[in-house]
Amino acid sequence: MKKLGDVLLQPEPFSELLMGNHALVRAMLESGVRVVTSYPGSPTPEIGAAITSLPRDQNPLYFEFSVNEKVALEVAFGAAVNGHTSCVFFKSVGLNVASDSFVQLGLMDIPGGMVIVLGDDPGANSSQNEQDNRHFGRLSYIPIFEPKDPADAYNMFKEAVRVSREKHMPVVLRLTTNVCHAKQKIDFSGLAIEKPENEPKFSPENFGPYIPLTKSVFELKKIALERLKEFQKDMENSPFNEIINTGADRGIITAGLPFKSLLEVIPEIEEGVNILRLGVVHPLPENVIIKFLKEHGEVKILEELDDFIEQKIKALAYDHNLNTIIEGKVDLDDWIGEYTPDKVREVLEKNWPDLLPSKESKRTIHQAIPRPPQMCPGCGHRSGFYAIKKALAEDDISVADIGCHTLGYLPPYSLGQVLLSMGHSSGTASGLSLFNTSKKVVAFLGDSTMFHAGLPGIINSVFNQHNFTLIIMENDTTAMTGHQDNPGSGRNVRGETRKISIAPLLESLGVEKILEVDTYNQQKLTDYVNEALDFDGFSVVIAKHPCMLKFSREQRKKGRTLKKVRITGKCREIHACVSAFACPSFQLNQDGTVWVNDDLCIGDGSCIQTCPVQAIEIKK
Amino acid sequence: MEKFDIYLIGVGGQGIGLLSEALARAIDHADLEVQGVDTHGLAQRGGVVESYIRIGPSYSPLIKQGEADMVIALEINEALRGTNNYLRDGGTLLYAATEWQPLAVRIKEDRQDVSAALAAECKERNIHKVKADKIELEDPRMENVVLLAVLAREGLIPGLKKGHFSLALQDLMQGKVLEKNLEIFSKVF
Repeated sequence: MKKLGDVLLQPEPFSELLMGNHALVRAMLESGVRVVTSYPGSPTPEIGAAITSLPRDQNPLYFEFSVNEKVALEVAFGAAVNGHTSCVFFKSVGLNVASDSFVQLGLMDIPGGMVIVLGDDPGANSSQNEQDNRHFGRLSYIPIFEPKDPADAYNMFKEAVRVSREKHMPVVLRLTTNVCHAKQKIDFSGLAIEKPENEPKFSPENFGPYIPLTKSVFELKKIALERLKEFQKDMENSPFNEIINTGADRGIITAGLPFKSLLEVIPEIEEGVNILRLGVVHPLPENVIIKFLKEHGEVKILEELDDFIEQKIKALAYDHNLNTIIEGKVDLDDWIGEYTPDKVREVLEKNWPDLLPSKESKRTIHQAIPRPPQMCPGCGHRSGFYAIKKALAEDDISVADIGCHTLGYLPPYSLGQVLLSMGHSSGTASGLSLFNTSKKVVAFLGDSTMFHAGLPGIINSVFNQHNFTLIIMENDTTAMTGHQDNPGSGRNVRGETRKISIAPLLESLGVEKILEVDTYNQQKLTDYVNEALDFDGFSVVIAKHPCMLKFSREQRKKGRTLKKVRITGKCREIHACVSAFACPSFQLNQDGTVWVNDDLCIGDGSCIQTCPVQAIEIKK
Repeated sequence: MEKFDIYLIGVGGQGIGLLSEALARAIDHADLEVQGVDTHGLAQRGGVVESYIRIGPSYSPLIKQGEADMVIALEINEALRGTNNYLRDGGTLLYAATEWQPLAVRIKEDRQDVSAALAAECKERNIHKVKADKIELEDPRMENVVLLAVLAREGLIPGLKKGHFSLALQDLMQGKVLEKNLEIFSKVF
């Protein structure tokens, strides 16, 4: 068996089929990174999984899943100003959380070097938006590399570390979902792990100031701008800017994965197109771009998400009096969705219908029924939502938050009507409860999310005496992203740690009404929610049950399985199990009979109490 | 070799990640060029999971709609969806007849005779439909190995032999798990 950790630590050069996120860890090892931090979020958590796969006695990296992205970034920053090369990685919207500190990084002299790996998510595969984080680079005077594929990500990471160390500046490596997760045969260099220095190098005298106040703000800003200019000049010759010249009249400027999508479409264009692919998307290599513009009568900017480089390139052409026709986004659809090969074809067809005749759409005769995501069999959240729904009136207001429990917004539970971001629910619910005496307000919050960004909203609810019920859906883990530990788990990536229990924490914050119950105890949960709703003020129900996906995986590893449930002859086809509780294990025959799919049932038995005629039992 | 594009589809929890990893590795062991990409994150919770594998010269890890040469499906509703969205007319569909009803069926909002729909779809679009053998499995996720064995036995992917698949499985598992999977593979093959 090829264990990932062993593969990544091979001293000799090798080539291997690896995912982008895994290849990055080899790049970290090769480039002497010492400290890595993160908060889990798709599309990046597999970077953490690859780091924890390294055998502990051979792992030169200090790694932690921090409590949120901002803290993760700060830990990485602290290590890097002390001389240790660091990397922080997180998902697109994670940068919003980290942004308060991120925007300062450009001003700082970072002798160890620091790379920020962002997993942007065009197509919103597992995010609440598809925000374009290139804007943050411009806002903060921080350069951005953008790889086109896993091999490129591996090489660019090493280049980012080199530049970051040389210039003492932070550098962003912006990945997108299908660069993180793409698998490719990659040629890796050799690895010699050097014994690292433990000397703390932090020195405000030599590298500071680090306090950006009064006149030093302007000095530091000037330094940041100068460093960025210098970087821009150096990158004019970067091998990551590629030109494909087929002698055509028309050109396309692009970057990242859309470049590879474009290469899929090009063979359809008979007269050919020249391509400039940018490896650095901020700041742009202006001379390379001006030269490319001058050489073409017509240039299309093929750009996923926002018109970030389009605006800059049009301004450049204006400044240089170029009369090249520059074509950017045509309509609003061009701003939306991932630039897959299909999308790139559609986009190009709008600009150049003469080159790409419209394609006949494929015929489908029998359309499959949609399959939205859902909670797993045995999920404690399902039991929770089923019981909580019974306590709520039809027009009560429910506020969702982020986690597996977000899926409660889907039928048949339909709990959770508004969602902004991680930990927003208490704040939003507080506002919804103002000038509102007729509708009860209920907010949901996961445990990992509570520690991440939920606490300020809870403290505010106590401080400003808001009136709503917060239901904390505690499952002891960060489930959606692959079961990373959180401060309530009693473990971190290195082993056991002090568990922060939620009820005593809330008590010490001054929450007056706290009720706690296992979600499998559905009647008690319904009663507790009723009691909490009747309480005049801020009340909390901790609705807990350990993640059953994690539990059943652990059981399976130990070779244990629970006995499944079955439907007995008492069944009156009321369908509470299959249609209202809606565990996926229950399947409905056309004649109205119900059966249990043993491939899905984990034998948790949380469904038994949902049958009004007691027709579900554990198999003998 | 010429390009050969495979689109894999299943339901979160069926273990499609292992199937696509094993298949990609088998292709690599056959010294063929390969790249691909899997779904991760939210959709894995009981939703549709998909994976792309591209053999031969290609640029993007993603396949264009309606241009896959083969669809491999772990579930019958997903077999229909994969055929709808990705399979080219005249391509090959390999699928497991397992049925996990989508939510809309269980909450009585929709209903479909999916076997009939799939048969009609394949007939009209001239699709070569291969149903995996039905075998008793102690763990439903071992269906993945059944599909690999059928692929090997029927020679559905040009250039891929039994030995390449066992090398791939040896890359990914060890001990009793490997033994059991190789046993199922040989039984089907």
